[in-house]
Amino acid sequence: MVARFLFEVMDYQFIVNSIPLYVKAMELTLILSFWGILFSIVLGCICAMVDYFKIPVLKTVVKVYVEISRNTPLLIQLFFLYYGLTQFGVRLEGETCAIIGLTFLGGSYMAEALRSGLDAVHKTQVESGLSIGLTNWQLMRYIILPQACAVAVPSFAANVIFLLKETSVVSAIALADLMFVAKDLIGMYYRTSEALLMLVVAYLIILLPISILFSYLEGRLRQHGLGSGNI
Amino acid sequence: MVSDKVLLEVKHLQKSFGDKTIFKDLSLTVRQGEVIVLVGPSGCGKSTFLRCLNGLEDYEHGEVFLDGKAIPGEQKSWYQVRQKIGMVFQSYDLFPHMTVLDNILLGPLKVQKRTKEEVLQQAQNLLERVGLWDRRNDYPSQLSGGQKQRIAIVRALCMNPEIMLFDEVTASLDPEMVREVLDVMLELAKAGMTMIIVTHEMNFAKAVADRVIFLDDGGIVEENTAEQFFTTPKTERAKKFLDIFNFKE
Repeated sequence: MVARFLFEVMDYQFIVNSIPLYVKAMELTLILSFWGILFSIVLGCICAMVDYFKIPVLKTVVKVYVEISRNTPLLIQLFFLYYGLTQFGVRLEGETCAIIGLTFLGGSYMAEALRSGLDAVHKTQVESGLSIGLTNWQLMRYIILPQACAVAVPSFAANVIFLLKETSVVSAIALADLMFVAKDLIGMYYRTSEALLMLVVAYLIILLPISILFSYLEGRLRQHGLGSGNI
Repeated sequence: MVSDKVLLEVKHLQKSFGDKTIFKDLSLTVRQGEVIVLVGPSGCGKSTFLRCLNGLEDYEHGEVFLDGKAIPGEQKSWYQVRQKIGMVFQSYDLFPHMTVLDNILLGPLKVQKRTKEEVLQQAQNLLERVGLWDRRNDYPSQLSGGQKQRIAIVRALCMNPEIMLFDEVTASLDPEMVREVLDVMLELAKAGMTMIIVTHEMNFAKAVADRVIFLDDGGIVEENTAEQFFTTPKTERAKKFLDIFNFKE
């Protein structure tokens, strides 16, 4: 059964021919992910800092944002940006919508990851830093953030992988990402198995190295007693 | 060794947590080169008092003078003062993501903006004094409790403080490691460092202190020389407290 599927049903020539399409789509997926994740980290850091320093008013704004962002699907957020905003005269490119959408979604997840890291840094570490005369900024830069980031690495890694996978939704706003190409090929040639196999392989090519890299990083951090929350 | 110059002066300090008054109207004068040991039952405010001297706790009333200058209460001014008042804690609190040497160099380089060559030389001298120069590239997780605490002392000393505060620095250590830390502190005392020490190690207190201050119920109950405090305490409460440390059949 499996052998028949592999050697008679699968059209390997079709797979070879479709490789350039997938490579191009991978490029788009990677570009959208790169900017989306980068801005998510920036937004996440800002939100986590607002929360950590308990900045009045902004703290509430961040809380509301995190709840909205985490409790609405990316697809809905993208529809709002791509179709909804045109009602108000705002017309955004598909790529821009995708990056804004990913940032809006990812920012809250990154903020929560970093917040858990910041909470894990023991009060005595802060006092120890203060006792050698560090200013608040130096304390954050040299003591709190390095330890918080180490604790946040596992959640941070999970978020990066989650956001990369979430890019598969952007085909809904006519962007030719991996999912879009796979659906296109299935629609045009009815080669469902080949198209889906290539889709899986393409995502694995992107995600596996990232996953291995983060596992290595976590291992290194644990060697120094960091990242386990036991600081 | 103790000079006549007053280094630290505390006047009428008061501290409360909510409704609970920790201490009130607490005054103390520390002369240069003097070693003061604070003793007293748990919860009497010894540690809180030390933390007030380093700005880690706010206080409601009173004034603290260092070198004759009043320290303004607001947090901003403490950054400067903390460079002159070194503090070592019970739980060592080395920075776990930095090597021993980076832990020591951080303050002098980033806060005091001194040159790396100068600080490195000082760090080497101090680490050799405590017998840990060969562990300079290790991370704190690779060290024993006693070694971590000695490094914490070196880290504070490398800032060239005028006075050192020790907050129960041997309380978390295994008994066999207590001695190595106390030896370092004894050596510091002999070298003329001004120190305020909170400890439950009574034999050590007797050996190191110029003056012992017994705190209880939010105030100073007895202030005496080490010799007299441990042999002929003036107050009943101090006698009762010292009896805890004497096992009798």
